[in-house]
Amino acid sequence: MMREYYLNTIILGIFIIIPIWAFIMDEPFTITLMTRAAIFALAAVGLNIALGLGGLVSLGHATFFGIGGYSMGILAYHAQTFTPLMEWPILVSGSKLMPLIWINAVIMSAVAGLLIGILSLRTSGVYFIMITLAFGQMFFFFSISWSAYGGEDGLSIYIRNSFPGLNTLVPIHYYTLCITLLCAVLWINSRLIKSPFGIALNAARQVPARVETVGLNPVRLKLAAFIMSGTVTGLAGALFADLNRFVSPTMFSWQTSGEIMVFVIIGGVGRLFGPVVGALVFVALEHWLGGLSDFWHIYLGLLLLGIVLFGRGGLIGMICGEARLHE
Amino acid sequence: MNNIVLSTKGLTKHFGALSASKNITLDLRVGEIHAIIGPNGAGKSTFISQVCGSIKPDNGTVHFLGRDVTQETVRDRAQAGLARSFQISALAMEDSVLQNALLGALGASRNPWRFLSPALGNKMLVEQAKHALDRVGLSDHANKRASELSHGQRRQLEVGIALTLSPKAFVMDEPMAGLGFEGSMKMTSFLNRLRQEAPILLVEHDMEAVFALADRISVLVYGEVIATGTVEEIRADPYVRDAYLGEEL
Repeated sequence: MMREYYLNTIILGIFIIIPIWAFIMDEPFTITLMTRAAIFALAAVGLNIALGLGGLVSLGHATFFGIGGYSMGILAYHAQTFTPLMEWPILVSGSKLMPLIWINAVIMSAVAGLLIGILSLRTSGVYFIMITLAFGQMFFFFSISWSAYGGEDGLSIYIRNSFPGLNTLVPIHYYTLCITLLCAVLWINSRLIKSPFGIALNAARQVPARVETVGLNPVRLKLAAFIMSGTVTGLAGALFADLNRFVSPTMFSWQTSGEIMVFVIIGGVGRLFGPVVGALVFVALEHWLGGLSDFWHIYLGLLLLGIVLFGRGGLIGMICGEARLHE
Repeated sequence: MNNIVLSTKGLTKHFGALSASKNITLDLRVGEIHAIIGPNGAGKSTFISQVCGSIKPDNGTVHFLGRDVTQETVRDRAQAGLARSFQISALAMEDSVLQNALLGALGASRNPWRFLSPALGNKMLVEQAKHALDRVGLSDHANKRASELSHGQRRQLEVGIALTLSPKAFVMDEPMAGLGFEGSMKMTSFLNRLRQEAPILLVEHDMEAVFALADRISVLVYGEVIATGTVEEIRADPYVRDAYLGEEL
């Protein structure tokens, strides 16, 4: 069995070497594919905080992905049409500045995470799955009917938003931004797992009764995890919208929630790099198999079935075995 | 009587037609081990759950350290210093023994909201956890997964976690269950010393251990305390012998 640390290094290596190779060979499409993989990975890393650490099977993470997307869409739309976002009580105008958009996406996702979390965490198991799904659908239908921002057609943003010092329209520049954010979040996540909060949350997933008898509140721990999880997926949503320069209700759809969860399951639930592997495999299959057949999801389904049946730790678990303790 | 740490008054609980607790009044005093014995289904665990707060009584009160805690949650009571060990081990099985003990230390510190610093790098928490493991004799297994522990070792870890809380009273649900002869002996002598730190409300099936340890015994039958007294009194009580202990004792 390979040490998980080495495998993680290899995966990170793939995310560095392929884009550099593509840059040298002048293959911008490959860079865009890797950007897509990095953003999906980020969204799934977010879900993994709730799912892997907190044991919260959220089928509504598209909510955050969409909120991130519309944060970008709405701010950029007002900036490109030179209309104010609101005039009362204070004048707020749109923005084409990525850091501002990201902060907005994170804050909005955190607020949504708090509200959805408070209500959803009263339930558990299948009811939790259903209630998070229901919230996702609410946002989905709301976005469809919100004609001010394109309704069903979505919003096109003509020029990618800007980041100080970079030309974000150059694929490798935008990729660098995305991969840097992914690495930063992975680093935070690796610390989080070992932190006092991580240990308490881990226990709250396994034995809530025990956590309560040592005087801690398992629901509050899970709520914090759910919010953090949502902010990361929300940030990914803002990046995804900027990658496509387009945001539509599809980002809120339950299929999106399902895909994010599939990334986590393929790679390995609760494993630091599980979502990253999952997203990479997904984008690779989407690219290669998608070129062969419109029905490539059949093969994805077979892969998922195989992993769920035979490799309970996802791909990472199959290669590295059970997670090590105290590492 | 200010040497009473924990007391219940008229504790009553029904599950449908079944009365699991009928008017249970008893107390736990400083420095003592108060054992609760009774046949299976006598309502011992239901009683313990009401004392610890995971089940709310229909009637009656629970006082802890002179305060009415009947309406307080499990967490409130734990923070006030009531430590419980479970009958069926409630451990984070995927985590290491040390991490399980750390959870207790974390609870005692009341601050799990530290996100970026590794818990194992926090000297105070680790010391506290290791000290507790040391006392229950699990230091050599600190790096094992809790799921790899034997049944008896899990019981020890249960008690170890309770120790990390430096509690004012222990509530232990069958700490000897499945320990084997030697393990039982060790646990008995350990609990014997532990009562100096904090009194113990002990539910136990191992009669030898109960008779060796208990300062007082309450006998619970069909949710009702039929007798409370010293070991000698309980042994001599004809009603208890009839209802529970059997003639051979």
